[in-house]
Amino acid sequence: MASTQSAAAPVASPAIAPMIVMEAVEKWYGPYKALTDINLSVRQGEKIVLCGPSGSGKSTLIRCINHLEGYSKGRITVGGVNLTESAKTIDAVRRDVGMVFQQFNLFPHMTILQNCTLSPMRTLGQSKAKAEATARRLLERVKILDQADKYPAQLSGGQQQRVAIARALCMEPKVMLFDEPTSALDPEMVKEVLDTMIGLAEDGMTMIVVTHEMGFARQVADRVIFMAKGEIVEEGHPKDFFTAPKHERTRAFLGEILRH
Amino acid sequence: MVKSPKRATVVSVGGNVGYKFDFGPVWDGMPDLLMGCLGTMGLALAGMLLATVIGIGGVILRDSRFPPLRWLVMSFVELIRNTPFLVQCYFIFFALPLLGEQLGVLMFKFGLLAKPTNLLLLSPTATAIIALGVNGGAYAIEIIRGGVQSISKGQVEAGLALGLHRAQVFRLIVLKPALRAIYPSLTSQFTLLTLTTSVASAIAAYELTSVAEIINGNSFRTFEVYFTVTIMYLIISSLMALLFNAISRRYFSYPVK
Repeated sequence: MASTQSAAAPVASPAIAPMIVMEAVEKWYGPYKALTDINLSVRQGEKIVLCGPSGSGKSTLIRCINHLEGYSKGRITVGGVNLTESAKTIDAVRRDVGMVFQQFNLFPHMTILQNCTLSPMRTLGQSKAKAEATARRLLERVKILDQADKYPAQLSGGQQQRVAIARALCMEPKVMLFDEPTSALDPEMVKEVLDTMIGLAEDGMTMIVVTHEMGFARQVADRVIFMAKGEIVEEGHPKDFFTAPKHERTRAFLGEILRH
Repeated sequence: MVKSPKRATVVSVGGNVGYKFDFGPVWDGMPDLLMGCLGTMGLALAGMLLATVIGIGGVILRDSRFPPLRWLVMSFVELIRNTPFLVQCYFIFFALPLLGEQLGVLMFKFGLLAKPTNLLLLSPTATAIIALGVNGGAYAIEIIRGGVQSISKGQVEAGLALGLHRAQVFRLIVLKPALRAIYPSLTSQFTLLTLTTSVASAIAAYELTSVAEIINGNSFRTFEVYFTVTIMYLIISSLMALLFNAISRRYFSYPVK
């Protein structure tokens, strides 16, 4: 099928190695197959939106990229590192890959600033002064520096998610993964988070975003990937993807979410 | 206890033969009683510290990926929670030294000791601290484990995604909110531990109840002695409650939703 062929085809110029390569990746939960023959290549600076019905494996896919989930078969390479079960490769990959979660997952017992400086100090060995300087710069960038000394519970959902983005950026990642970053937000807070993500995209960050925000996909994505039942069904440039979806299941899904 | 010789000297009140209150011996024994209070608080604090260490260490081993470690901790918890504290004290104080004697001889034979020494012969106070710590620790494992399990998986994943290792995630991210979640249960267990120090009088550890028994034995002012000691335990418990509150304010005062 044409759509699955294009999934494996490298888009980048051959001179630059892709940032993320997934080759024939399979994932099983016991007898249940969560991912089937995933082939995906993401070049540096590319923005990818993953969509699909719930249970289609989108979250599982991105969670395999930083090994929050192990994969059963195939091969994943991130920034030139072949991700295996070994702690060394997992460490190396996680150092380069930032992640933002649906539920924010800020640490409730630390201030916003401490949330941001924890890992740079503990894993990169940065001094407190350096880590704080970086954190303040990035909190400024997500427009939340004035809340630096508050605790997560004192912030709104949208503010918390922007902190989570800043916290991930403090590690200076090469790739950012977003797992439904706006799904837990009240509607009036979605925009502030999406604006932050758009800003990040404009600065050239490599991003894989699981989201149902099709407006964001239209505006930012280089490629939209549609998944169902653990497989990549269809992918394409947002212009083609939204106006001329090839696959019946894609049309049904877009019909569902764009109805309103 | 034979009390009849002293009873004969009791003066009647209001025409009836009875017990006349006399706090004189209690006042005379006050320095000893106050030292006993310090002994009790020392045992309690040392026991709590040990129980906390065993509790947190036990939780780490209890959820280890290595099954024999999990079984070891589970067996330990069951053993301690299903046997009486007094028997545990007696076992450590009277039974273990007999084992220690054999062990010392054996280690001497193999050249591990310069002379046969009983390594398991413990003082009453050391015995009491170990017994309190081990006993409180077994309960603390179950309590703290509940707290750890109440922390959402997302917290752990966020830590891992930031590149922290499992041990760092536990220590820096999980532990404090977990302790906060079960802090009331843990402190009520520790209040119980504080009061359980009185059982250590059975092995003559230096604490308030031992002192009370001595004063009572010498004076037979039973009501006065135990009335005073009751008040003293109440004050000790209150001081512990103040300490628990201070710790809570210092470490667990961050806001939550």
